[in-house]
Amino acid sequence: MEIIQVKNLVKKFNGFTAVDGINFSIDEGEIFGFLGPNGAGKTTTIRIFTTLTKPTSGQVLINGYDPIKDPDKVRSSFGIVFQDPSLDEELTAYENMEFHGIFYNVPRPTLKQRIEDLLKFVEIWDRRDYLVKTFSGGMKRRLEIARSFLHHPKILFLDEPTLGLDPQTRDHIWRYIKDLNKKEGITVFLTTHYMEEAERVVDDLAIIDHGKIIARGTPEEIKAKTNKTSLEDAFLVLTGRSLRDEESNGIDNLRIHKRLWKS
Amino acid sequence: MEKLKRFLNIIYILWIRQIKRYFRSRARVISALAQPLLFLVALGFGFNSIFMQAGKGNYIEFLAPGVIAMTVVFTAVFSGVEVISDRQFGFLKETLVAPVPRSAIMAGRTLGGATVAVIQGVIVFIASLFVGFHPNLTGEIPVTLLFMFLIGIFSTAFGTAVGSVLQDMQAFPLVINFLFMPMFFISGALFPLENLPKIINYIAVFNPLSYGIDGIRTMLTGSELARFSLMSDFLVMGVFSLALIFAGAYLFSKIEA
Ligand SMILES: Nc1ncnc2c1ncn2[C@@H]1O[C@H](COP(=O)(O)OP(=O)(O)O)[C@@H](O)[C@H]1O
Ligand SMILES: [Mg+2]
Repeated sequence: MEIIQVKNLVKKFNGFTAVDGINFSIDEGEIFGFLGPNGAGKTTTIRIFTTLTKPTSGQVLINGYDPIKDPDKVRSSFGIVFQDPSLDEELTAYENMEFHGIFYNVPRPTLKQRIEDLLKFVEIWDRRDYLVKTFSGGMKRRLEIARSFLHHPKILFLDEPTLGLDPQTRDHIWRYIKDLNKKEGITVFLTTHYMEEAERVVDDLAIIDHGKIIARGTPEEIKAKTNKTSLEDAFLVLTGRSLRDEESNGIDNLRIHKRLWKS
Repeated sequence: MEKLKRFLNIIYILWIRQIKRYFRSRARVISALAQPLLFLVALGFGFNSIFMQAGKGNYIEFLAPGVIAMTVVFTAVFSGVEVISDRQFGFLKETLVAPVPRSAIMAGRTLGGATVAVIQGVIVFIASLFVGFHPNLTGEIPVTLLFMFLIGIFSTAFGTAVGSVLQDMQAFPLVINFLFMPMFFISGALFPLENLPKIINYIAVFNPLSYGIDGIRTMLTGSELARFSLMSDFLVMGVFSLALIFAGAYLFSKIEA
């Protein structure tokens, strides 16, 4: 079954076209990578999927529902880890989870157990009663991941979940995500800058540049098509740029700094 | 029934969040109390003799209810800035992607902000007893609290509406000072309006805060200082609070995080 369907999706900001008529669909249960350089339109697309922004034109179906006509049905279908932090830093880890559980109508008796399981899963159960503002960047991310699937969503959106984290933490996070996908059968839609990581994790991917999808397929198919042995090189061929250069792009650097300073 | 229960659960969790955040932030508690206490002491003692000469009795008896109201009103209106800070810290997104009616979020925020403001008001009331305020409790304490709560709701909804429209933390106090301060100053909270130009008295009649403050003053010091009947105090404040909740809910529902 196709759990996400996108037809001719366009998003313009005062004449500037951020998403330029994209089409694709995603099968239930897969880990899908949405890859592309900075400013390609990845976050904008996720914002449309998650009811935060209205598209200029085109159609989207998330779990069979239209984000404009049926926002609450769509909202009940997904969990999300945003590109930028979204925790209440003045609350504890446990309280952040509890708040989320009530907002998503997770029944009280199961909620406690679920929070315990998830906080253990991301290894912050010992720190559950600490205020989030005392957490490192990696811990905050893990908490956000645990929170994002507390309510058993069918789809998980992860917008650059490992940006600004050290390699070891990044490895951990990918492991949680793979585990989750297996254990709970969640469809994962992720964006990332780290091509080697994407290559290890995703079943299927699309590459977006300047708001347009320029390649679509499994990592193997894309490597074969471009005659390259790594996704990194394939990306270079397709976009004419390397993601590594893009990594040191100004906005990203700011974001990384913000995250470091805050943690 | 199921829906109502869910609505109330959401209001509750937002409400408790604000209470927790309030008690955890000592700096906020202290700074919100410092100003009213300064007003009580400085104005109370400073203007007392002038007030007495004018034959109005002891100024502190007039001032204390006004300062208590001021505490509630300003704590409440400034809690609207939390919409902006939640946006900046990203927490607003977490609430906006949830399958939850925006009206429940607005209601929870408003109740939370008003409750915190009333707690501050009660602390200032207790403090005022130590600087010479002798309340003459004509009515029930719950009615006094009800009035404090109403001006708390009114002001929180006002602040939340402003916070929903603004993007920028620095702009918030400017806009509040421009829109809200004048309303507060011609409400009769800190000085009697009778001897001021007639025009100000006319305007004050259309100022909802005049009624809330009049209600608190009537409850705390008896009816000699009252300007309106308690019933009109209650009705005007209630109607305006409801209206602002709806206005705030509308503006809040337009937010894009
Ligand atoms: N609210 C907005 N107003 C104007 N331009 C925007 C807005 N949001 C995003 N953009 C622009 O749209 C383009 C795509 O942004 P985004 O979706 O964040 O890219 P990505 O997530 O792929 O880095 C960028 O050029 C960005 O500057
Ligand atoms: Mg992005």
